Amino acid sequence: MGWFKRSKQENSKESSVNIMEGMWIKCTVCRAIIFKREVDRNLKVCPKCSYHFPMLIAERVELLADAGTFQEWDADLVPNDPLEFEDTLPYKTRIQNAQRKTSRQEAILTGSCQIQEITVAVGVFDFSFMGGSMGSVVGEKICRAIDRAVIDHLPFLLVTTSGGARMQEGTLSLMQMAKTASAIANLQEARLPYVVLLTDPTFGGVTASVAMLGDIILAEPKALIGFAGPRVIEQTIKQRLPEGFQRAEFLLDHGMIDQIVSRKVLKSTLATLLSHCGAGAVPA
Amino acid sequence: MREYLDFEKPLKDLEGRIAKLVKSKSKKNSVHEAIEKSTEQLAMMEEELFANLTPWQRSQIARHPQRPSISDYLEELTENMIELHGDRLYGEDRAIIGGLATWNARSIMVMGHEKGKSLKERMRRNFGMAKPEGYRKALRLMKLAEKFQRPILTFIDTPGAYPGVDAEQRGQAEAIARNLLEMVKLNVPIIAVVTGEGGSGGALALGVADRVLMLEHAIYSVISPEGCAAILWGDASKSSTAAAALRMTAPELLKLNVIDDIIPEPLGGAHRDLSLTAKNVSNILETYFKQLEKIPLPTLLKQREAKFRNLGSFSSLQAGAKKVKTANS
Ligand SMILES: [Zn+2]
Repeated sequence: MGWFKRSKQENSKESSVNIMEGMWIKCTVCRAIIFKREVDRNLKVCPKCSYHFPMLIAERVELLADAGTFQEWDADLVPNDPLEFEDTLPYKTRIQNAQRKTSRQEAILTGSCQIQEITVAVGVFDFSFMGGSMGSVVGEKICRAIDRAVIDHLPFLLVTTSGGARMQEGTLSLMQMAKTASAIANLQEARLPYVVLLTDPTFGGVTASVAMLGDIILAEPKALIGFAGPRVIEQTIKQRLPEGFQRAEFLLDHGMIDQIVSRKVLKSTLATLLSHCGAGAVPA
Repeated sequence: MREYLDFEKPLKDLEGRIAKLVKSKSKKNSVHEAIEKSTEQLAMMEEELFANLTPWQRSQIARHPQRPSISDYLEELTENMIELHGDRLYGEDRAIIGGLATWNARSIMVMGHEKGKSLKERMRRNFGMAKPEGYRKALRLMKLAEKFQRPILTFIDTPGAYPGVDAEQRGQAEAIARNLLEMVKLNVPIIAVVTGEGGSGGALALGVADRVLMLEHAIYSVISPEGCAAILWGDASKSSTAAAALRMTAPELLKLNVIDDIIPEPLGGAHRDLSLTAKNVSNILETYFKQLEKIPLPTLLKQREAKFRNLGSFSSLQAGAKKVKTANS
């Protein structure tokens, strides 16, 4: 399966992340050329079409968590190279490069924080670390975060952005899908809310495990979300894809998600939602 | 008619030469000797070739057009099969078949991918690439098995989940994810057998089991070697390199704890002797189902969860040492 193809393309010249580095940026959705400072001031939202550009992990935490409440978990977990994988570069080198680039050990941040005084366990994927791909460490950190959520009776919020499973860990990365799904099953048995926020882009093995298992699934406007990447589908069916295919709005129309939420109201929406689901109340 | 893979060409040539000699019906001693010598040589060549298969060659055997499929195993091993169709939500996906059957004096729920044999059947079965309705049908049958307390047996053989507009529209990712979550908690013993090609999420959607077994030449991978080569090497001709790098063969996956056991195949691959292969499959299934039937269900479920929880390989920076917690080594 080639959902990775897409994440690779995302990294190329069209990438919103790369364009963000200049003074002006081009919106990946409406193609408008916009002043970068204006986008930054606007929570990284395109003023023309309201596409939500990718956020850095620190920006995401700042957006969601009450100031000073975030506490990181399992920051010490680092990837091995179980397959001794080498393509054009050794996996070890790719890991080191990603760690240097992001100053983080892996493609997910987990921890706890308060959202309008409701304590939650959270996980936030980092697309800038090897395309947010899920390998052993990402799987383990999600499971450990859920374990703590179960012990401390906390809801779990997962913010996704990922190209899918991490090829360099082979079938072990595929198994992280089953592993994380088993943890989510425990969350379900404990009757704890599991809320997913899908952000641009979320694909492959991450969509086909943690991302689509939320009790409540939210998405950011115009986020691309799917199982197979659009280019793989185009090559398979040899037809042009329908307009807006795999965008959050498309998923909403097809009954796959609960709501599209813009960043301006994301935190307050989450707080309201979590309190409806019984979070923050004293557990029985 | 036996179909030869490209790396089997030397065998095919030699077999051709032997056939010619035999056909000549010559009574000459020299011809008789040549036949004998060549036949010996052929046997040695076969031993040698199949004892040293590269991962890429194994993947070619795993995808052999005559590779036995679930239908063959059902035919060989079961009786009273009642096929069950449809997901009750959208449609009937012929890339996955399933139903109730008698196997070794037990009623079991059996299901798996079917790629099809003839071109016409392959098209009808979408080459074993299921859509959401296929995975949802499988889950429906699993839930029935739980209700009737029948063990579940799955056969895995798929290039992957179908990458198409309609599949995405109907929630391909959700259907796969749901199966993973539900299978962990199913209150019946589950055994999965990767018989051919274990293609990524579409394979795993039938693969969360108490015991995961693999035929000797089957493959099980996060991505096809072709897909991996195209993405990581930017060169689809690097498929054989990618096949080796991905460690997708049964012996390698046994080492990584992804699978629990390997089912031996006849020399040259399962397609060379279906009934022997089926017998091997049945024997090992009997051993493992007997094992599982003795375990109380709550314990079985705990073990199933732990089995998948322990998959992966990572370290902790804490305690100074780099290799502290490694699930696999
Ligand atoms: Zn725009």
